[in-house]
Amino acid sequence: MSNGHITIIKPKKLFSLSDLKEVWEYRELLYFFTWRDLKVRYKQTAIGALWAIFQPFMTMVVFSVFFGGLLQIPSDGVPYPIFVYTGLLFWQFFSSALSDTSNVLITNQAIITKVYFPRLLLPLSSVATKFMDFAIAAVILVGMMIYYGYTPHITGLLIIPLLLLITFMASVGFGLILASINVKYRDVRYALPFFIQILMFVTPVIYPASIAGKYSWILALNPMMGVIQSARAALLGTTVLNWTLIGISLAATTILMIFGIYTFKKTERYFADII
Amino acid sequence: MEPIITVKNIGKKYNINHQKGGYITLRDIITNAFKNPFSFLKTKTKNILGIETKEIFWALKDVNFEVMKGEVIGIIGRNGAGKSTLLKILSQITPPTTGEIRINGTVGSLLEVGTGFHPELTGRENIFLNGAILGMKKKDIAKKFDEIVKFADIEKFLDTPVKYYSSGMYVRLAFSVAAHMDTDILIIDEVLAVGDAEFQKKCLGKMEDITQKEGRTILFVSHDIKAIKQLCNKTIQIGNGQIINFGETENVVEKYLSISNDITLEKWENNKNEFNNDYFKPEKFYISKEKNDELSINLEAIIDKIDNSLTVGYALYSEDNTLLYWSYQIDGDNTDIPKLQIGRNIIKSIIPVEILNNGRYTIELIGGIHNKEWLFEPNKGNPTLTIEIDRKFNTSHLWTKKRPGLLAPTINWKNK
Repeated sequence: MSNGHITIIKPKKLFSLSDLKEVWEYRELLYFFTWRDLKVRYKQTAIGALWAIFQPFMTMVVFSVFFGGLLQIPSDGVPYPIFVYTGLLFWQFFSSALSDTSNVLITNQAIITKVYFPRLLLPLSSVATKFMDFAIAAVILVGMMIYYGYTPHITGLLIIPLLLLITFMASVGFGLILASINVKYRDVRYALPFFIQILMFVTPVIYPASIAGKYSWILALNPMMGVIQSARAALLGTTVLNWTLIGISLAATTILMIFGIYTFKKTERYFADII
Repeated sequence: MEPIITVKNIGKKYNINHQKGGYITLRDIITNAFKNPFSFLKTKTKNILGIETKEIFWALKDVNFEVMKGEVIGIIGRNGAGKSTLLKILSQITPPTTGEIRINGTVGSLLEVGTGFHPELTGRENIFLNGAILGMKKKDIAKKFDEIVKFADIEKFLDTPVKYYSSGMYVRLAFSVAAHMDTDILIIDEVLAVGDAEFQKKCLGKMEDITQKEGRTILFVSHDIKAIKQLCNKTIQIGNGQIINFGETENVVEKYLSISNDITLEKWENNKNEFNNDYFKPEKFYISKEKNDELSINLEAIIDKIDNSLTVGYALYSEDNTLLYWSYQIDGDNTDIPKLQIGRNIIKSIIPVEILNNGRYTIELIGGIHNKEWLFEPNKGNPTLTIEIDRKFNTSHLWTKKRPGLLAPTINWKNK
C-alpha cells in the first residue's frame, strides 16, 4: 500500500539520529529554499548578482583608504587591500549567514505554522545562500591575487574547504542558538546587528592578529580568528600555517554546532505554538 | 485490516500565558527582575521547584480514533473546539503533549492554500517551490506540471510573478498544486472557503475524484456541513478538546445540528420573592428546547387581577448591550394573543435564532401596565438570561465565521 512508510508522532524527544536522516530525505526542499532566496534577492535588486561583489568590494576600498592608507594599520607585509579583502570575504560570509540564520524562524513563520518539514533546513538554506555570495565575491579575490602576483601553494588551496567548513559550523551553530532565543524573545533581533558589528572588531578582519602580541592567544578563542588568519597564511603566505590554531577552531565550532542543534531542537518542540 | 492512522490518548497542553499572545521581550524580563527582585526570585524558585501554579489549558485531551485506508473523515466542531490543534498535531507542525499517533503512509497537509507562495516568483516557479514545500519530489512536480496548470487555468500567466495575479488566479493555482499532491493521506483544513462558486464546485469535484477514484485517505475539517455531507463517509465531532461523536456522517451531523446539544439553557426562579404585584408576579423565567430544535422563552407567573393593558415580554440585547428588540405577549393578531387567567399562567414564544449572529445575547424580562406603570422597567435589575448563539444555523458555505453586523438573518434569494 504505502511503500512501508511509517510515521510515528509522539511527544518530541530531544535528539535522535533519524533527524539527520530526515534532513537528507528533504534535501530537495533545501535546494528549493536556497534557490528561492537567491532568485528573489537577485530579482529585487537592479544590479542582481553584482550586489554580492559590490558590497565587499566597496567596503574593501573604504577600509583600504582609511585603515590601510591614513591609519597605516600593519598588514603582515602584504598590500593592505588584499589583506583586508581576504578577511572581509570570510567575515561577511560568517556575519551575514549568522544574522540570516538568527531571523530565519521569524521570516518563515507562515510556512512553519502550516507545513511540516525538518526545521533545520531553514538555517541550512540561509547559510547555503550566503555561500553563493561568498563564491561570487571570491572572484574579486582571485583577480586581486593575479594583480598583486600571489600564487597560493597547494596545501593552501586544500585548506580552504576546511576553513569554509569551520565558518559554516560557526555561523550555523551560533545562529541556531540565536534563532531559538529570537523566537522566544522578540526584541533580541534588534540588538543583533549591533552585536555582530562589535564581533567584527574583536576579530582580526581589519588588523592582523599579530597586533595583540603575546596576548594573541586570547583572540584564538574566537573561531573566526583562526579561519581568517589561516586563510591569509594559505593564500598570501603572511605567516606559516598554524595547525594548532586550526585544530582549536575546528574543535570549538564543532562544540558550538552541537550545542546549537541541541538548543534548536529543544525550542523546536514548542515554537510553532508561540511563533 | 490494519488502520492507516491510529490515534491513541492524544493530548495537547498549553500554558494560558502563552495563549494570551503577545510576545515576551527580554527587556521586559530584565526590567521586571530589577523592579521587583523579590517576586522575580519567588517565581523563579517556584519554577525550579516545580510548585508553580501555572494556569494550564488542555486544547485536546484523551483523543482516540482509528482511520482505515480509503476513508474520508470529516471533522466538525465549534470554533476553539480543538479541530485545528488536532490537525496541527497530525501534520506534525506541533508535537502532542501526551499519547501517540501511528501513521502507515505518507502525509500531505493542506492547512492553507498557497503556503510558501512567494509574490516575486512567477507562477511556474511557485508551482515548484510550493510543491516542494508540500513535500513533493521535483520529478513528480515536473510530471504533473501540465495537469496542475490546466486545472488552475492560468496557462497565459505562467511566467508572470504571482504578485500580479488576481486573487482568484492565485487561489486556483494554489489549490491546484495542493490537489496534485501524491500522498497516501491528505489532511485538509477549510480550503474550500476560497474562490468563486464555480471554482469551489470544481474543487469539490476534484476532491471527490481524489477520494473515490484514487482511494486515498482524507481528513477534512470544515464548517461547511454541505461539503462534509457530500465528501465524507464518517465524521468526528470535537468539542472542548474531546471527541463527542464519531460515526456515520449522517448521524453525527444530525446530532451536531441539533442546537441544544451543548447549549446551556438558563433558568431564573423567583427564590427571593421579588416583583410582588397583583397583575403579574413572575415565578420562573427560562429558555427551553422544543421538539423541532427550536428554542423558546418561557414566562411563568401568578396573576391575581386581570388588566387588559398588561404587556409582558422580553428585551433582547447583543453582547455590547445594544438593544435589538422588545417583544410583548400582545404583539400578535387579536386571535393570537394568549388569554390570561387568574392563577398560574405559562406564556411562551419561539426565539428567532435564525436572525441572530454568533455571540452571547442577553434576554431581559420587561413589562408593565401600558401607559400607566412599569412592573419590570428595562435595565432596573429585572431577571435576565443569557444565550450563546453559535452560527450553525447558517447554511452558506462561504461564511463560516461570525458575520459583520448585529444580526445575521438567513434570507433566501431567487433569480427572477
